[in-house]
Amino acid sequence: MMDIDIRKVAMLSRIRLTDDEAAELGPQLSNIIGYVEQLGAVDTDGVEPIAHPHDIAMPQRLDVVTNVNRREALQAPAPQTESGLYVVPKVIE
Amino acid sequence: MSWETVIGLEVHVQVNTKSKQFCGCSTEFGAEPNTQTCPVCLGMPGQLPVLNIEAARKTVLTGLAINADINLISKFDRKNYFYPDLPKGYQITQFPLPIVEHGYLDIPVNDGEKRIGVTRIHMEEDAGKSMHEGLDGVSHIDLNRSGVPLMEIVSEPDMANADEAIAYLKQLHQLVCFLDVSGANMEKGQFRCDANVSVRRSGEPLGTRTEMKNMNSFRFIKQAIEYEVNRQIEIIENGGAVVQESRLWDSVKNESRSMRSKEEAHDYRYFPEPDLPPLRFTQDEVDAIRAGMPELPGQLRKRFETEFGLSPYDADVLTQTRESAAWYESLAAAHPADPKRCANWMINELLGRLNEAGKELAESPVSSQRLAGLLERVGDHTISGKAAKDVLDIMMESDDDADTIIETKGLKQVSDTGAIDAIIVDVMAANPGQVEGYRGGKDKLLGFFVGQVMKASRGKANPGMVNQRLKALLKG
Repeated sequence: MMDIDIRKVAMLSRIRLTDDEAAELGPQLSNIIGYVEQLGAVDTDGVEPIAHPHDIAMPQRLDVVTNVNRREALQAPAPQTESGLYVVPKVIE
Repeated sequence: MSWETVIGLEVHVQVNTKSKQFCGCSTEFGAEPNTQTCPVCLGMPGQLPVLNIEAARKTVLTGLAINADINLISKFDRKNYFYPDLPKGYQITQFPLPIVEHGYLDIPVNDGEKRIGVTRIHMEEDAGKSMHEGLDGVSHIDLNRSGVPLMEIVSEPDMANADEAIAYLKQLHQLVCFLDVSGANMEKGQFRCDANVSVRRSGEPLGTRTEMKNMNSFRFIKQAIEYEVNRQIEIIENGGAVVQESRLWDSVKNESRSMRSKEEAHDYRYFPEPDLPPLRFTQDEVDAIRAGMPELPGQLRKRFETEFGLSPYDADVLTQTRESAAWYESLAAAHPADPKRCANWMINELLGRLNEAGKELAESPVSSQRLAGLLERVGDHTISGKAAKDVLDIMMESDDDADTIIETKGLKQVSDTGAIDAIIVDVMAANPGQVEGYRGGKDKLLGFFVGQVMKASRGKANPGMVNQRLKALLKG
């Protein structure tokens, strides 16, 4: 079974886990991966790779501006805005 | 032991579509923050991307122009990372199967040309913009740029110094401008570059590389690469090892610094974008795009040399942009008698004056038709070249055509033999000593007589004719 570094996964997802949660979720994730990994046993020699399970054409748009300014409505759910800008905890390189 | 430098470049070019890559929001630069956003480019749950086909076509066109393979089937992937200017938490890009692969650009180097491989061009979307300056404990986010179409053009590590890197970038910049696939305005971030740099001792395997991120000026890129090369050589010569990392160029301090925070996050967990099926082009569609390809800078340069008899230098200057090439062609069509004169006047006189005035060619107050009208009068000797420059000065400030200005300012050149002879006779009569001297063998006095005649004609006498008539009359 694949060993999951649950702390690393949590860090990449910016999710804070308690030790109890990490202890519970780690094996669960490993189980899921292990379940999916059964597919690796299938012999796929001679099978064309597919990029997408549905054989559908790419939906396309012409290059036309169709959206209008709806800033007020779209920003309504944001916890904090200022002069039309989203305000987030400081991030800097 | 000498050092070799190995440079590969990744260039992000903003595709100049009106709307974004996957939604109908405007891409117009400089709008009020967050006024060009919608649930798709804000990453709201349940929203589906729909591809802007124009952005895909322009990417294909760019691929054809660098002699690359167009993948008739390409696919999109998710590149996952966590940053507040990326509202979905992933960027839609193309990872294992990009739309363009295996092209090249030939760049000018000292002793001719060098071929630089282009590994791939893939389509992706831009992130928003974060602002930190002057803010305490918070950052501000503008998502107008979120979802704007980009092509990432990835070169092979084929460049051996900063000058070659800059030559490649300039060539690429000129190309995307000619193809009209990007505004490529570097100050607006529409053409920006990451440079992968490593050094090695001659003959040794590749060294560890570092990546200089997000530079948007040719000058900074050159400085940053040169700085990085020296930094790496110094580390190795002092017995150290180069660490693979991303670095940021500080154009104020003229030094680079490590972006440590990026390192841990460098796990992008790419996977296929489930919201988009593969992108398919037929060969007919690709051929139709190829058929619409404009003349490229190299072809245009060669045509200017053969069709108009221009020097390689003039042809190169005039084909720097599509606009200047078109301007020259319209000038040469309106003054077909002397394409070389057209080139000289456009480059030395018009562009010089525009440059001084801080104006672009597109803003030139003198049209190609008006300049051609002036060159016609130089060609038929109505005015001297010197007077024509004065006329052009006046044209820059007024709407009058050359003939009107020549007429009202009385600049018409005197080319009438009788009138010139009359002036010469007067000058000779006033300077009997010099006449005698000339006739006695002092040939240099001819210059004195030319000066006197030109002065007496107030500069209007045709100088060629003055010379010729003076020699005849002074003989006696």
